[in-house]
Amino acid sequence: MAVEFRKDLFADERDDSFDQIGQPRVRQDIEGHVTGRSPFFDDHLFDGLLHVRCVRSPHHHARIRSIDASDAERMEGVVRLIWPRDIPRNMNTLLSLINFGRDDEPLLAERKTAYVGEPVLAVIATSVQAAQRAVAAVRVDWEVLPHVLDVEEALTPDAPVVNDEYPNNTFDYHDRYDHQKLRFGDPEAALARADHVVEGTYQMSPIEQAPVETCGAIAAPETNNRIVCYTSTQALFFSIGVTGKLLEIPSSRLHFIGGTVGGGFGGKVDSHHEPIAVLASLLTGKPVKYMWDRAEEMQAGAPRSGERWRIKDGVMNDGRIVARIFTGFFDAGAYTRLTSYGVQKCTGHLPGPYTIPNVASNIFCVYTNRTPSTAMRGFGITGVDFAIECHMDKVAERVGMDPIELRILNAYRDGDMKAHRRLAKNCALIESCQVVAQKADWRLSPDAMAQSSLAGGGTDWRAAIPETVTDDEGKIGERRRSGLAPDPFAGTGQRGRVAAGTFSDHPATGNAPQRDDMIAEASRLGFKVDTGAPSAPMPQAERPVAPPAPPPAAPPPPTAPHGSQGAPTLPSAYSEAPPAPTPTVTPPAPPPAPASTAPEPEPYRPEQPFQRGVKRPGVSRFISGSRRR
Amino acid sequence: MAVHKGRGFACINYPIGMNLGGDPSQALVHSTPDGKFKVTLSSIDLGQGIKSVGRQIAAETLGIPIEDVYVDTADSDTGPHDMGSFASRGTHRMGNAIIRAASEARAQMLEAAAEKLEVDASDLTTDGKGNIHVKNVPSRSITVEETAQAAQFEQGRTLAGRGIFLVPLSGVDADTGEMTPVSCFAHAALIIDVEVDDETGEVEVLQINSAYEVGRALNPKLVEQQLIGGAWMGVSHALYETTEPYYPDRSHGPQDFNTYLMPGPGEIAPHHISILERPAPDAPFGGKGPGEMCANPVLPAVANAVYNAVGVRCDSLPITPEKVLRGIRANGGARPGGRA
Amino acid sequence: MSKTPVTFRLNGEDAAAFADPGSNLLDFLRRAVGDLSPKYGCGQGTCGACTVLIDGEPHLSCITLAETVTGREVRTAGGLANGPILDRLQEAFIDKFAAQCGYCTPGMLMAATALLDKNANPSRQDVIDAIGGNICRCTGYEPIVDAILEASRNTRGAA
Repeated sequence: MAVEFRKDLFADERDDSFDQIGQPRVRQDIEGHVTGRSPFFDDHLFDGLLHVRCVRSPHHHARIRSIDASDAERMEGVVRLIWPRDIPRNMNTLLSLINFGRDDEPLLAERKTAYVGEPVLAVIATSVQAAQRAVAAVRVDWEVLPHVLDVEEALTPDAPVVNDEYPNNTFDYHDRYDHQKLRFGDPEAALARADHVVEGTYQMSPIEQAPVETCGAIAAPETNNRIVCYTSTQALFFSIGVTGKLLEIPSSRLHFIGGTVGGGFGGKVDSHHEPIAVLASLLTGKPVKYMWDRAEEMQAGAPRSGERWRIKDGVMNDGRIVARIFTGFFDAGAYTRLTSYGVQKCTGHLPGPYTIPNVASNIFCVYTNRTPSTAMRGFGITGVDFAIECHMDKVAERVGMDPIELRILNAYRDGDMKAHRRLAKNCALIESCQVVAQKADWRLSPDAMAQSSLAGGGTDWRAAIPETVTDDEGKIGERRRSGLAPDPFAGTGQRGRVAAGTFSDHPATGNAPQRDDMIAEASRLGFKVDTGAPSAPMPQAERPVAPPAPPPAAPPPPTAPHGSQGAPTLPSAYSEAPPAPTPTVTPPAPPPAPASTAPEPEPYRPEQPFQRGVKRPGVSRFISGSRRR
Repeated sequence: MAVHKGRGFACINYPIGMNLGGDPSQALVHSTPDGKFKVTLSSIDLGQGIKSVGRQIAAETLGIPIEDVYVDTADSDTGPHDMGSFASRGTHRMGNAIIRAASEARAQMLEAAAEKLEVDASDLTTDGKGNIHVKNVPSRSITVEETAQAAQFEQGRTLAGRGIFLVPLSGVDADTGEMTPVSCFAHAALIIDVEVDDETGEVEVLQINSAYEVGRALNPKLVEQQLIGGAWMGVSHALYETTEPYYPDRSHGPQDFNTYLMPGPGEIAPHHISILERPAPDAPFGGKGPGEMCANPVLPAVANAVYNAVGVRCDSLPITPEKVLRGIRANGGARPGGRA
Repeated sequence: MSKTPVTFRLNGEDAAAFADPGSNLLDFLRRAVGDLSPKYGCGQGTCGACTVLIDGEPHLSCITLAETVTGREVRTAGGLANGPILDRLQEAFIDKFAAQCGYCTPGMLMAATALLDKNANPSRQDVIDAIGGNICRCTGYEPIVDAILEASRNTRGAA
């Protein structure tokens, strides 16, 4: 495991003179970890601790006719049961805290269950074993309902309704569509002109976060009519908010303690244990622990969502990708949790770290009869990155190009317009590709090695918002009535055109809300160049004031040169007017460009002092909008 | 029947923070009477190291030794609001909040010292060792401890600061998807070497070469921890892990670590890492969160390596021996691509 | 059902507590004795977070009956340090950044202790074999293996 720091790269943007930052300081919590003294939530002892286990549905989808818990209630060690009616407000959605989506999930299901493992009743007992015995003794009269497990089946007219709040089996976006759209340029026209169309379908199965510490919480009566709750949550105020809402308790009565957690990876955001433990403690007046065992963690606990992707690329012979269309399905499982948000996060990520002039996507948050999914490391991105990067290799193979050079050719650079209509900045994909290629002795052409994220971007069409084809397909309910295909441009709905350079009004953001007296001293933050206001994100600064002359509606055909006056002159395979269709096969001779703008790649020499103070003319490192003419 | 070598590549970028914003973090900083500082948060440390990185950020911003800072986190009676430790937001959002809180405390500390030294506060600086002195005149100095005592007992002044960091919430356009997502991106590129046994379908990762661009490695050892552990998880995702092996069929779901598979210590591949640092203008000292993104490129890189080794495109995760064998059979045998 | 008195040695000192019928050693140590260093990770004997030494042998305390340690010597991560002085393994875990969330660490330390007690000069493969039953989800194992090897070198150097 060798780790090297390429301090030579971007050295002119960094000031590395710090006392603490960049130093390999020992972890503050390490002594607790190696002595076993770190206080995880379960490392708090209470006399007379009670335990909770839940009665769970054995069916994918079933109505609850009745529950007979009379035997269970009388069993030794059972203190009491928690019924859905004991929960003051038994309906929530995790993102109600940021007002996103409708309440769609009960803490304990009352009328029907929508996945195997959905809890319907909780047992509070003096030991885990007593609780488990009582759970086994509860008799539920189930009426098994038809279920749906496949994301595309769930979109068909005949599919059973999984979640009553979203009867179309899809999350409602903007009160209008059953999916989130991304539209940039005219991908259909570009596909028609492309030399190749490369298609692929990709799938990721659900993945368990599997922290070694399972999820859980201990709640106990505190003083002053309050409840203390030790929890493994990844989000303390999510847990407080959810508990307060479901149990209708003000946060002043809730004292939540956490912060030392045995791994999470996204699986400890859902705040399911805290409300049950707190309610159990309120109902019994005793300390109560609700902690999953490993089997519950693996099958009843929310995993990373399954995803299915279709990608269709339009590619020119020289490897330039001129159109990319995505159709994506996030498998939310039975309830929304965070998946609706993941879809929008993913939409903002497309088409990956590449500058492609025509992009469209339809992404669905689909309800199916499986365990609800939630966050996990790489949330919203892991699945589509798998799809994109496998697809890039297919494209490279189709056009006969080195896969890394294909990425560098299409890579986004500072000042490029992204498909969500904001300019790229602070890019470093090309450099990452070059470094790893050198490292692994993967030979790239001198052309590819000479490319830079700082140069060649933000020119002409690369910085412009093209005229964009829109459509109103997939209005809420329409697909489930008519069986409309999910892919962009698949139907015959009303098409529209949004003029080049158009920005939407409402996504605009206000000023950064930090007060002036909370702005940090920019000079002490380690930036070598004046970034304007390094301490405050100014998203609106990314948004250029007005577009230049209208760019072509269709992608620039690679044979039609575009004006690039003033742009850094680069070796021709990567310039805007590529003369050679297959640069890897016949690397073009470097044109008589100024040597300073097309240097031979410097071999990396770690023993050398860091290069500092290099100014690249015409390149602003951060505020990419200023580069536009 | 043979073992084939293959080599695969993938590169990615990753958005830092809840990408539509609207996710504030707050921090409080205050001094004890003897000039030690407490940072009070509601962040969660689930191994990623926010206690440790937050401590370094606070010490650097205050200009005092790290030993003189302690981070106390996640007690809702003392820690102010924080959205939580997810979405690669801990270092970015909370780091910025700590910088703000510590900046305010530092300004008060310099004011208190200026009063004692009878100079202007703007002429003072810290030496990072527990002293405050006149710029370029190290001899005209006062310790942080004396300053804190004076502030507390003579001047009636708090050495404290509040910080919040909020990226304003962005809307999303229904028709075009226009939005203002995230403020910065981390980057990664990987080359993975594998061996595929065309008799068993088993894939063994032989070696990983990687380049990760993290803005700034605020603590290089913690970054290294994340990258090594994250790439391990990526391999695990690529080849082993799922709760539904026959997705979308729900059967055969694992319920224990005997059936939920992960590579063990005997299956570690050497991982050679290069770290690049292009500081992000809105990130604390330029640092982007490396913890989440580091697993992502591994999955496609392994898939591409398997294709290079035996000519099977495994477009469905995880890449199990069964899928590889079925692919080889469908192709009428292994078709090595010969890159490795 | 009556509780069973269990007397044993814990980290070099006499200990006694009552065990609930059928209770496992992990619950007994944590709840009845108050040694919180062994952790619950699966309750199935598959993750190793609860590893303790019984008469020098590593055991998974979550699947060991509490009564079976009567009269025997139990060691846990909570007893590794000699007062304020950390054990070489603990020092090596700190030096090598071999813990992230820290939840598997006590079990890892005990598996490693069992190895180094028997084999002062382990090979890399010996270390891998010794922690083969311990799951870590954060580190990718390599720093842990490195730390155990470093501890063995330090042990030899001190001897």
